[in-house]
Amino acid sequence: MADSSIPIGGSLDVTSHGRSTPTAIEWLHEWVVTVDHKKLGILYVVYAIFFLLVGGVEALLIRLQLAAPHNHFISPQTFNRLFTMHGTTMVFLVGMPFVFGFANYLVPLMVGARDMAFPRLNAFSFWMTAFGGLLLYYSFIGGSGLYGMGSAPDVGWWAYAPLTLRAFTPGHSTDYWALSLIVSGFGTVGAAVNIIATSLSMRCKGMTLLKMPLFVWLNLVVAGMVLVTITPLTAAQVMLVIDRYLGGHFFDTQAGGSAVVWMHFFWIFGHPEVYVLVLPAFAIANEIVPVFSRKAIFGYPAMVAASVGIAFISMTVWAHHMFTVGMTSFGNAFFTLSTMLVGIPTGIKIFNWLATMWGGKIRFATPMLFCTAFLIQFLVAGLTGIMLSAAPWNWQLHNSYFVIAHFHYVLVGAIVFCIFAGIYYWYPKVTGRLLNETLGKWHFWLFAIGFHVTFDFMHIPGLMGMPRSIYTYEPGRGWETWNLIVSIGGAIQGIATLIFAFNLFWSYFRGKRAGNDPWDAWTLEWSTSSPPPAYNFPVEPEVLSRRPLWDLKHPDDPDWRYE
Amino acid sequence: MAGNRDRRFCSSWIPRGVLLLLWAGWVRCFAADPGGGTSIFNPASTPAAATRDLAYFVLGITGAIFLVVGSLLAYVIFRFRQRSQDNIAEPPQVYGSNQVELAWTVIPVLIVVVLFLATARMIFAIQDAPKPQSALDITVVGHQFWWEFRYPKFGFVTANELHVPTSNPTDPTPTYLTLLSADVDHSFWVPRLSGKTDLIPNHPNSLWIDPGTPGVYLGQCAQFCGTQHAKMLLRVYVQSPADFEAWAHAQQQAAANSASVAEGRKVFETQACINCHTVKGTVATGRFGPDLTHLMSRDTLASGAALNTPENLRAWIKNPDDFKPGSLMPAMKLSDQQLDQLTAYLATLR
Repeated sequence: MADSSIPIGGSLDVTSHGRSTPTAIEWLHEWVVTVDHKKLGILYVVYAIFFLLVGGVEALLIRLQLAAPHNHFISPQTFNRLFTMHGTTMVFLVGMPFVFGFANYLVPLMVGARDMAFPRLNAFSFWMTAFGGLLLYYSFIGGSGLYGMGSAPDVGWWAYAPLTLRAFTPGHSTDYWALSLIVSGFGTVGAAVNIIATSLSMRCKGMTLLKMPLFVWLNLVVAGMVLVTITPLTAAQVMLVIDRYLGGHFFDTQAGGSAVVWMHFFWIFGHPEVYVLVLPAFAIANEIVPVFSRKAIFGYPAMVAASVGIAFISMTVWAHHMFTVGMTSFGNAFFTLSTMLVGIPTGIKIFNWLATMWGGKIRFATPMLFCTAFLIQFLVAGLTGIMLSAAPWNWQLHNSYFVIAHFHYVLVGAIVFCIFAGIYYWYPKVTGRLLNETLGKWHFWLFAIGFHVTFDFMHIPGLMGMPRSIYTYEPGRGWETWNLIVSIGGAIQGIATLIFAFNLFWSYFRGKRAGNDPWDAWTLEWSTSSPPPAYNFPVEPEVLSRRPLWDLKHPDDPDWRYE
Repeated sequence: MAGNRDRRFCSSWIPRGVLLLLWAGWVRCFAADPGGGTSIFNPASTPAAATRDLAYFVLGITGAIFLVVGSLLAYVIFRFRQRSQDNIAEPPQVYGSNQVELAWTVIPVLIVVVLFLATARMIFAIQDAPKPQSALDITVVGHQFWWEFRYPKFGFVTANELHVPTSNPTDPTPTYLTLLSADVDHSFWVPRLSGKTDLIPNHPNSLWIDPGTPGVYLGQCAQFCGTQHAKMLLRVYVQSPADFEAWAHAQQQAAANSASVAEGRKVFETQACINCHTVKGTVATGRFGPDLTHLMSRDTLASGAALNTPENLRAWIKNPDDFKPGSLMPAMKLSDQQLDQLTAYLATLR
């Protein structure tokens, strides 16, 4: 493909390589003290991949227990810890680090900057996130014995009050949950500040806001959302700690406190949070779909508008998680409407991606395979979301396996698929070698098959009345066969993920050399060497359109004539 | 195109066969419950039936959207894939189209309007339905991990197995449940009768049902409430008005007091049992655990964790964690003789 010598500043790596290989301690030290956005991006992603495997093991244990009714593989206490930790891990130690890992690595490169606006804040943010996660997992260490002492949290990742108060959950497990997330929350906010400052103030010459890659736009929107959405969670967790140790009664219903207030705080965080997780998946798709369809993204201004629209509307939908708590009919109707409305800009994005592929010449390399599956799966996930938004139907489906199927369809079917796509796409830029394409295709097909076996059929027990968060279930309600099928799909996904992990490792040493631009792409990061030099660009780039490398490769038909 | 074969869809067996299979599968899974099922598509009460109707409507619209967009996606994948390695010229670059983008904004807005109006109408119909004078009021109190049912009109309290009368559409006698909690959040969910509503401490809620057919309807707690959330099961016994009256009358009586089980009663009243349990007409007035006055009138123990047989009862008392590890009833470390006597006494509480 294209490893063209592009006459844009930064394509030559002029770093001196005269130094001898560093010792192990020097190498480790370099990674620990780094403030380089690329190294921090790699640290975030490696951290996320590690916890993806840990969270995956937790899920497999859950599925083993639920493969048959009245199973005795795991005790109820352990099961409750497993699903709490699985959810908390996947959202905060996998999802968020992937978001900030990708953003950290790519945003400065895509805007033609040397680094993030605040490199030391960047490093601080990573380490806060990392230590928060370690604090959460430290909770596992500790004896069994007096219930709750020194063991992992077991109150669900949503940690509803008053179950989390000391009257009902003594010991320190809930404290680990609250404190570890407060700590990593600081990291999240710091990373968001950096993304906003970098994309607003450090764009290269000629790159107006409407010439930024959509990847940068979506991460900017996500960063803005993070600033607004993390605070309610931190506030709620501080109030919880005050209730537990300082004599507060915010959520202490025995003393006049309110359980519903916890729900409002949590979901005002929780709903925008899932858009914080999914918008970066869209960001990845926005880069991969055009390049592999060989066409510019269809409707760039509408994509920007839709992203901003989603950000704002998503702040108004939170109580669709609370349709069953006894709000007024007016309240239920309002949140039904707002939730249906947020589906409109989201749907528009799907149409724009479809239109981008229309009339193109689609190359189905591994990144595009994952993105294509993402499109189908995200369509289904959005439609089951519309089903859940209808409050009376929600009264049946809430807290059932239908909800679990829906949100895993988004979290795995959309987000994880796009993360895999993004890793296959940018791994050559980061390491200088391509991931093995054969292993990639095995990974894709096995994972897609496993995903559908698990999450397609998981909707059915929900429709048949199976609630969530149960360590076992009654036979004779028609749930057994479906649960067994769901568990088998989980095992298939596990195998696919192992193939992926192996590919990451093997290709680092034996992968085909990538060159600057293995995919014939159009954004600035592909003009640097692979991996880029520490300073990214020796000379600040100057761009005339949204696809600077397209302009250089097609001087007779540049984008800036048509934008 | 040439060909003798009749190309109309109607005459092709394969699509018809597939549709028949899908319909049969749907019925088998969801709609044909031989009894005791929990499918939301097999309603036995108005709120559940109304929800099912709305569900079919929403499913129809979202299904149509899926078919349209999904087919377009499938078409795009096949039609526009790069076929030849030689043809490396870039395709024409299309940056957008105002008309197309306007169309695919307006159409979803219209779909949302239709969906929202249908849904809102259903919300008000179920939630704000006027309550008839003849409605039966029952108070449900959620506990970790059992259900308390108080019948204020009749003046008795029972646990875990809810009895309600049938309701005739021409002369409705629905049951209105007031939902309270003694500790943490719970949720009352019997799918065939109604959508769920949460039991939140300090926040009374309510839900109504009007089942027309006698039978047993199953459900369970649907809001994670602690270690044994999974076994906080529900059984709703819908009875004809005559049967219901007979049952209620029996529940109103004080506890049986047979002299043959006097030792067992003494064990009950001198161990800590009375701290948690009530047996009407005796000194036992504890309210932390279920009312045992008519324990033997129930089919199950421990909110469905075990069938109510003397063997299970004895084993439960001996060590509740054998059935429901993490339940809040402690093992009282009774001797075998005490256990035998106690079980014999409790077995008389019909």
